[in-house]
Amino acid sequence: MLMVENLSTSIGGTPILEGLDLSVGAGEVHAIMGPNGSGKSTFAHALAGRDGYEIGGTATLDGVDLLAMDPEARAAAGLFIGFQYPVEIPGVNNMYFLRTALNSVRRARGEEEIGARDFLAVAREAMELVEMKKDFLNRSVNAGFSGGEKKRNEILQMAIMRPRLALLDETDSGLDIDALQIIAAGVNSLRSPERSVVIITHYQRLLDYIKPDVVHVLVGGRIVDSGDHTLAHYLEDHGYANFVNHDPDSAPGRPLTGTAS
Amino acid sequence: MSIQLTSNWLGTQRTGSDHRSIAPLSSKRGHAMTRTSQEINDLAEASYEYGFSTDLDTDIAPPGLTEDTVRLISAKKDEPDWLLQWRLKAFEAWQGMTEPDWAKLEIAPIDYQALSYWAAPKQKPVLDSMDDVDPEIRDMFDKLGIPLHEQKMLSNVAVDAIVDSVSVTTTFKATLAEAGVIFCSFSEAVQDHPELVREHLGSVVPVRDNYFAALNSAVFSDGSFCYIPSGVRCPMELSTYFRINSQNTGQFERTLIIAEDDAHVSYLEGCTAPQRDENQLHAAVVELVAKDRAEIKYSTVQNWYPGDENGVGGIYNFVTKRGRAHTDAKISWTQVETGSAITWKYPSVILQGDRSIGEFYSVALSSKRQQADTGSKMIHIGADTTSSIISKGISTGRGQNTYRGLVKVMRSAENARNYTQCDSLLLSSDCGAHTIPYIEVKNPTAKVEHEASTSTVGEDQLYYCRQRGMTEEDAMSMIVNGFCREVFDELPMEFAVEAQRLLSVSLEGSVG
Repeated sequence: MLMVENLSTSIGGTPILEGLDLSVGAGEVHAIMGPNGSGKSTFAHALAGRDGYEIGGTATLDGVDLLAMDPEARAAAGLFIGFQYPVEIPGVNNMYFLRTALNSVRRARGEEEIGARDFLAVAREAMELVEMKKDFLNRSVNAGFSGGEKKRNEILQMAIMRPRLALLDETDSGLDIDALQIIAAGVNSLRSPERSVVIITHYQRLLDYIKPDVVHVLVGGRIVDSGDHTLAHYLEDHGYANFVNHDPDSAPGRPLTGTAS
Repeated sequence: MSIQLTSNWLGTQRTGSDHRSIAPLSSKRGHAMTRTSQEINDLAEASYEYGFSTDLDTDIAPPGLTEDTVRLISAKKDEPDWLLQWRLKAFEAWQGMTEPDWAKLEIAPIDYQALSYWAAPKQKPVLDSMDDVDPEIRDMFDKLGIPLHEQKMLSNVAVDAIVDSVSVTTTFKATLAEAGVIFCSFSEAVQDHPELVREHLGSVVPVRDNYFAALNSAVFSDGSFCYIPSGVRCPMELSTYFRINSQNTGQFERTLIIAEDDAHVSYLEGCTAPQRDENQLHAAVVELVAKDRAEIKYSTVQNWYPGDENGVGGIYNFVTKRGRAHTDAKISWTQVETGSAITWKYPSVILQGDRSIGEFYSVALSSKRQQADTGSKMIHIGADTTSSIISKGISTGRGQNTYRGLVKVMRSAENARNYTQCDSLLLSSDCGAHTIPYIEVKNPTAKVEHEASTSTVGEDQLYYCRQRGMTEEDAMSMIVNGFCREVFDELPMEFAVEAQRLLSVSLEGSVG
């Protein structure tokens, strides 16, 4: 489904990603873990088409070249980013925002737009999934939301957009354990053979609730190791020291896992 | 509390230091004051012989503005003498005044003698079908989502028997008459309800109020008159009717709305359809009178030709709008201004009665080379009076947008309360936003708040929306509409929708 080869990204001449390879099959859940500054968020935004990146390599979704498209066309192709910092849009109510978003991708795909009444049913169902209160639809997009509400809103949007590939960028950061469970339950219920999920996270905790098929370690702009969910436990216990070109005098020696490049 | 005190910024003539009040009087003035009305009538009649090509049937007066022009207009409209005198008094005042220059507007000099001040209502050619309408205008209609039968009325296409404009109009008139509401053109009101017009005309905006109000008072062409009797709640928004009748409103419009005790009315002025208007100068006056416990809601959507990217063409719009709120009355102004090359407009409320309420909600968009200097005046006289001002200015292209507002609390206004919020949104690097609040407080119990913000549409916001599948233009339009939400919420529903679309259309090409 998602095929990324030799992806390189720099901002203003500073390289961030340097030859990233990643392949995610249909229905799979992958986790990308890595230390601060390793390029995890950059990866998400490079795929989504944010301005300001110089990009090399290839990235395709269902065989379609993502990198050649505008951000909105990538969304229509089925790419969804769960933002680490969801953006506030004062004065625009959620209901309107969500319906416009959904109808935009439907239009782009040549599908019929969904009317207000039908949409309300879709929205209600999605809201139950992430335990959103009823007044939520009438509030402005993310404005005055708590951290947890903002993240839940991202999953709600995912439930409404029904993407082919959802890339969740640190959706777990800043959440208490209850919110974390709600979000994990939401994501799990959206798992399907038709949909792939990439979870970007610092912590193994979220992966206790959403079991990944593959865990990748992203360090220095490249995937340096991949393994099953036990890799996440290893990282939880030992940190990223063995994957980073650290100063050998200041870090205690640890055995390499063997698969690191 | 006092931030910046400048009392006469809107050109009232009360202080001796105002340079306008010491302007020399023209010699004509002295003559006019000694004439009897019979002499004036004689003169008026005589003037047609040589001044205006001998007959009353001309469609357009020759350019120029003299006392004779004023007489001609009054005679053409068959006005009573008191109104002619009123116009002449205004003309005399106007001659002694100079254009205000305090606004942040760059205006090429206006040659008032080069304009023609009388034109018979134009008969537009009747078209056979919508196919004959300018495709550009049709395109705009579609973008604004105006219903087909209204499109036809607005374009003067012959309408079918089912939705015939005449019958629609008649239906409205019957409904209104049943409720005792008088709603007609200003000219009709002068003929049919002279006592009401005479009592209230100039009672809120005196002829000498400011340069443009004086000009309007002297030469006003037509406009609307609306009277709601005591205790009557107007059975419909006076908007649909007005839309149908709005095509021939002149250059110098005069509107008077009177709501008697406990009466309610909501009135919408203007039309979101594209107005192709060759008159460059517009100077309207609107007066509202809200008696005890009455409520007047006045909404404006203005979409006149703004001129091109180089500032060529476009309407100059100098408007004086003011309401007087008596005890427990409420006056609410809502405006969405996206058109005109120059906008000079400060809808105001005189909060005369105790516990009266004044509100002003505004969205002003300046794109291309448009300049808007607009805001509100709230004059607190009564005790426990409340006013709020919510102003949203949007600048793009090389547009310049200035909020200018006065909140004045007189000594008598115990416990007066004002809240003002001015938000500016900048969408291009060559545009400008300016906020100039004047606050003048003479009663220590007053509470006056002013909040202002300036922001731009964030890259983050656009990217977020685009990641959700929206095009950049749709995203921009959504974000800007969100910015204007508080104001749009005040508009009658159908016009809120149109105003949103209008804003989107006006913003086209502002992205990227």
